Amino acid sequence: MKTAWSAAKEIFGLFVEDGSLAVAILAWVVVAALMLPHLSMSLEWHGPVLFLGVAALLLENVWRSALKHRRAVLQSRADVDS
Amino acid sequence: MGTWSHMWPSVLASFLASSVEFVEALTIVLAVGTVRGWRPALLGTWAGAGFLFMLVLAFGPALQHIPLPVLQLVVGVLLLLFGTRWLRKAILRAAGLVSLHDEDAIYAREKAMLQNEGKARAASLDWVAVTTTFKAVVLEGLEVVFIVIAVGSVGNMLLPATVGAAAAGLAVILLGLGLRKPLSRVPENTLKFAVGILLASFGVFWIGEGLRFSWPGQDLALFGLAAGFLAAAMVGVLLAKRSNHLESAEKPMESVGGRQ
Repeated sequence: MKTAWSAAKEIFGLFVEDGSLAVAILAWVVVAALMLPHLSMSLEWHGPVLFLGVAALLLENVWRSALKHRRAVLQSRADVDS
Repeated sequence: MGTWSHMWPSVLASFLASSVEFVEALTIVLAVGTVRGWRPALLGTWAGAGFLFMLVLAFGPALQHIPLPVLQLVVGVLLLLFGTRWLRKAILRAAGLVSLHDEDAIYAREKAMLQNEGKARAASLDWVAVTTTFKAVVLEGLEVVFIVIAVGSVGNMLLPATVGAAAAGLAVILLGLGLRKPLSRVPENTLKFAVGILLASFGVFWIGEGLRFSWPGQDLALFGLAAGFLAAAMVGVLLAKRSNHLESAEKPMESVGGRQ
C-alpha cells in the first residue's frame, strides 16, 4: 500500500509541481470551455484567447514564484546576520 | 512535403523530451553500474523496460476506444500541465533563481548513497542496485511513454512520435556507452525550455481541438503557439530577473525606515 501511494505521488508529481498553477490552468480551461462559445467574437479567436489566458497565468506564477524565492533568500540572510 | 510538415513537430517534441528523460535515467544507471556492478544495474534496467512495455501493451489499445474529443481534451490538459511545469522551472533556472540541473552532482550523490548502502553478499543478487535502476528506468520511462502517447495518439502521429523517442534513446545510450560518464554537457535547461514550449503548445492545441475551438491556419497554429510560448517565456525570464532587483532594492529602504 505504501509503495502504491509512493508511486502515485511520483506520477502526480510529473504533472503538478506548483499546485496553484495547475489549479489555475484547470480553472481557466473550464471557464474558457463554458464562456468563450457564448461571447460575440469570431470563432477563430477562441483558440488564441485560450492560449493568452494560459500565458498570463504562467507569467503571474513565475512572477510570484520569483518574489517568494527572493524573500526566502533575503530572510535566510537576515537570520544568518542576526 | 505536406505529410512531413505535419509529422516533424511530433518527431521533434518526442525526440527532445525523451532525450532529457533518457539522460536522467542514464545518470542513475551509470552511478549504479559504477558503484554496485553492471550485472544488477542492467538487470534493473531491463526489468524496468520490460515493465513499461507490458504497461503499454495493457493500456495502449484502450486509447482507441475513447471518443476522440475526450481523448484530445484529457491528453491536452495533461500535456499542458506537464509542459508548463517544465517551462516554469526552465524560466526560473534561466533567471538564475533555481540552480541548474546538474547531472554530475546527481551522479556523485547517487554514488555516495549507493556506497553507504550495505554491500550484498558475493553470491546473492544486489537488490539495492536492481531496484534503484528499475525505479529510475520506470519513472523516466513513464514520462517518455506519456510524451509519445500524448504527442502521437490524438493526431495519428504515434509512429513518428515513437521514432523520435527511439532515436533519442539510441543517441543517449550510444553517447553513454562511448563516454561512460554522465552527459553533463548536454544543455539540459535549454532542452527543457524547448520541450516545455513544444508540449505546452501541443497541450493548448489539443484542448482547443477537444473543445471544438477554431485555430487560425488549423495545424499550422502549432507554430504560432510555440512562438507565443517562447515570447511569454522570454518575458517570464525578464520578470523573474526584475523581481530579483526589486527585492534587493527594498532591503536598503527597509533599513532606512527602521532607523526612523
